[in-house]
Amino acid sequence: MSKIIEVGPVGYMPQSAPSMGVELSPEGQALLYGNIVSEEEAMRDAAKALLTMDNPTIFPGPQVLWDWKDDVAEKSAAILEMASEIPNCKIIPMPDYRPKYPKIDVKAEINPNHPNLTILDNRIKACVFIGVHCHYANLTLRMIRAGTDCYTVAMCAMMGHEEAMASIRDVHASDVLKFRDIIIEVRNELGIEHTPTMPPENPSLPEEDWGSLTPADYGEYRSLIMSRKGEHVADVE
Amino acid sequence: MSLNKTLVDMDYLLNEAPREKHFITGAQAMAEAVKRASVDMAIAYPITPQSEVMHLVGDIYAQGHIKEYYRAEEELGTMSAIAGAARAGVRLFTATSGPGLLRGLEAIVSWPGHRVPCVLGILTRVVNAPLSIQPDNIEMAYMLHCGAVMLHAENQQDTFDYTLAAFAITEKVDVYIPVAVATEGFFVTHAKGYVNMMDEKYAYKEVDPYEAPVPAMDNEVPPARIQRDAPVQKSNFMSYLIHSVWQQEIWDSNRRAMKYIYQYLGGPIEVINPDADVFILASGCAAAQAREANRYAEEEGLSVGLIKVKAIRPFPKQEIRDALKNAKSVIIPEHNIIGWLASEVKSSIDNSGIVVDGPRVYGGMTLPVELIMTEIYTALGMETETLQA
Repeated sequence: MSKIIEVGPVGYMPQSAPSMGVELSPEGQALLYGNIVSEEEAMRDAAKALLTMDNPTIFPGPQVLWDWKDDVAEKSAAILEMASEIPNCKIIPMPDYRPKYPKIDVKAEINPNHPNLTILDNRIKACVFIGVHCHYANLTLRMIRAGTDCYTVAMCAMMGHEEAMASIRDVHASDVLKFRDIIIEVRNELGIEHTPTMPPENPSLPEEDWGSLTPADYGEYRSLIMSRKGEHVADVE
Repeated sequence: MSLNKTLVDMDYLLNEAPREKHFITGAQAMAEAVKRASVDMAIAYPITPQSEVMHLVGDIYAQGHIKEYYRAEEELGTMSAIAGAARAGVRLFTATSGPGLLRGLEAIVSWPGHRVPCVLGILTRVVNAPLSIQPDNIEMAYMLHCGAVMLHAENQQDTFDYTLAAFAITEKVDVYIPVAVATEGFFVTHAKGYVNMMDEKYAYKEVDPYEAPVPAMDNEVPPARIQRDAPVQKSNFMSYLIHSVWQQEIWDSNRRAMKYIYQYLGGPIEVINPDADVFILASGCAAAQAREANRYAEEEGLSVGLIKVKAIRPFPKQEIRDALKNAKSVIIPEHNIIGWLASEVKSSIDNSGIVVDGPRVYGGMTLPVELIMTEIYTALGMETETLQA
């Protein structure tokens, strides 16, 4: 297979994948290095990258970090299961898309405005983006391809991403579990021994103390814990 | 919606829903499309008398087909309000014309970068001094480089179909940039033509604001914060590279719209007599005159081809290159002085020397078929007479 989209760094000013002729895969198929392939073929290549390259990392975006619609919790649980099957896997979230000031904590999060800082500082050579809104995922993936040597996997709930080395589309919880199974399969083929292990806690997050929590602790996010329109909270723990 | 509508997808609406023939103006055709598009909000500064579109859309609002409608103070306010409303995840429509388009341009050209899905009607008129309210599509040249998808309607039927299709194209997750539907003021907007329309009980399915490449503002569904931040205005904390790849993403989105132009409009160009040596290539109202010239030529036994360009952005470079690969001459009639369509074609084909720059009319003048015929005769090496104004 000729690779249209390759692991970077491709240089100072990257050419976008669509302008190089890469088109999104049709339903039921995937993209691998810019070529339309079967979902399984893309998943196997992605699994091999995550199992053999240094510091594999999953970057979950806001759509799987907050329990905002019915199927999200199931999908997030599947992501954790998938992570537990990848040796030495970390999870670093992309919780929002605003520029971080005065400086991003690269151990704690990744940001679309300067994703290379997190990739380079943590020496990440293979990663998975999941739950990131498509616009920001495309920007991030292209910048990573421009300035790093990281293999990127996009697991997209919608149509996928031309910029990723491997792009899986229409991803639901069942697809994440399918990818987990392929990771186990490829891991066994490669003879890598591994006991399922949850990724380490994010080092920069403060320890949670739910006992003394008040709405003020949520700061500008406090509106999020208020009741929804038309919702009446009768019981308080 | 409050009216009892049958909500359907765009493929059904455009291709399967039964239609009846009506005799209406281009402005009415655009408004009738809006009526069937489940539009949530229309914002207007109507720029009378160029186009009645936003007045008619106001009537549609009064009839209950649209949830919200208001008249802004001027076009910059209108177009800025469209961007704001888009952040709330609603389906949007506005229309303007000539000087109004240019007054709103600062906001309009930021729509693609802000990933604003909306439909903009452009009913073209003269923009340059001396002041005129007559047709001239030079304003489209100002829109060419902002990233928006642009369709150019030949007649009342196109205006209806393109406007409806535009609502589907603009909201595709891999597009999600505005779609402008342009047609010539007066020649199309004020003239009546036959339009086949489906019953107004049919309407396009409602927008899902969460099926989007950017988060909609929603203070009840987390994380609300991600949309409250200005995403692109704190550049000192962003890399320059994101500004670059962001711009690329807009044009990639524009490029991705092409497959939907094939899906809903049958492709970005229409070709008649593909084996001809001499072609007329035109868009919008000029395509109607080009079609007439093509018919005249056929009656005279001359072999002349016609290429009608429906999509101006994304521009169908490859399709035009393929259609003209054996052509010896291509005549490009236009309703503007600069010849933006001729420039686009020249930059798309290898043999740009075959392009005949014109005929062009502007300042409100009509485009007689005889002008095009003169160029055809010249291209075929025949004797011609000069047409007098």
